[in-house]
Amino acid sequence: MVTQEIEDTKASPASPPIVDPDRALVLRAQEGELEAFEELVSRYEQRVYTLALRILRQREDAEEVVQEAFVSVLEHLETFRGEAPFKSWLLRIATNQALHVLRKRKGLSTVPFQEERGESEQHPLPHPQLIARWKESPERLAEQLEVHHSLARALEDIDEKYRLVFVLRDVSEFSTKETAMALNISEPNVKIRLLRARLMLRERLTSMFGDGASRMIPDHKHEGE
Amino acid sequence: MKCEKLLEAMNEYVDGTIDPGICESLQKHLDDCDPCQVVIDNIRQTITLFKAGVPYELPIQFKAKLRDELRRRWKARFPKGQKRA
Repeated sequence: MVTQEIEDTKASPASPPIVDPDRALVLRAQEGELEAFEELVSRYEQRVYTLALRILRQREDAEEVVQEAFVSVLEHLETFRGEAPFKSWLLRIATNQALHVLRKRKGLSTVPFQEERGESEQHPLPHPQLIARWKESPERLAEQLEVHHSLARALEDIDEKYRLVFVLRDVSEFSTKETAMALNISEPNVKIRLLRARLMLRERLTSMFGDGASRMIPDHKHEGE
Repeated sequence: MKCEKLLEAMNEYVDGTIDPGICESLQKHLDDCDPCQVVIDNIRQTITLFKAGVPYELPIQFKAKLRDELRRRWKARFPKGQKRA
């Protein structure tokens, strides 16, 4: 059983009221309407599957996560209070489920995902090599199927410890603290891994989508050059 | 602020969680350093692109199996279409 999966994230007291586009469907499902629950499944099954594949990279495992995530939603729907949007709640459940599968696959229970001491000092930050504006907006790029193959390749290219932090922080929208708890690593390590992941992915994506004509060379030398 | 310092502070800047004093100094650097501004823009675009993508289609057979399994569990939880009070 994944213990963290059913937590309904609370909005901070200063936050504006949550606007949740799924609220009406959730309320109907909470009253026992199967069609409303199935509509929620239809809306998000592909997103959950994509998230699970990005973490696990194996279809069978990702399918298991999709099923277990929606079963968990079904079983805990009555306790969902809407303090966070339904989508966020679902993605948290799915992420924790995927990490549970990953740990099981590695034969781990609570040991961390490659915690290393002094990680920030071991390697210098990857300094940007290719600096260029992108030819198209990310919104336009996201509409193109081949772009998604490129994204998958870019994510597969980077080490798992960076990939997991990036997916949790920037795709599943976990906080630094939540990511540290989920991966059982320190918060400073989450921060440095996220920075490295973002820089590595930026480099790869700019090599694919960058406009060569706008390539820039800094007009000053950087330290270590 | 040098470019290296900007790199170190970049996460907090992109996430909007940076200390206001550092933010001001960083913004000043960006006003004079186009390459750093482009790197920041690229990082934001990278995050947006990964968030926007739901490229993997569920296998049709699995979709059908998922529906059946969820219906079975739903009916066990809410027998005969019984609604909660």
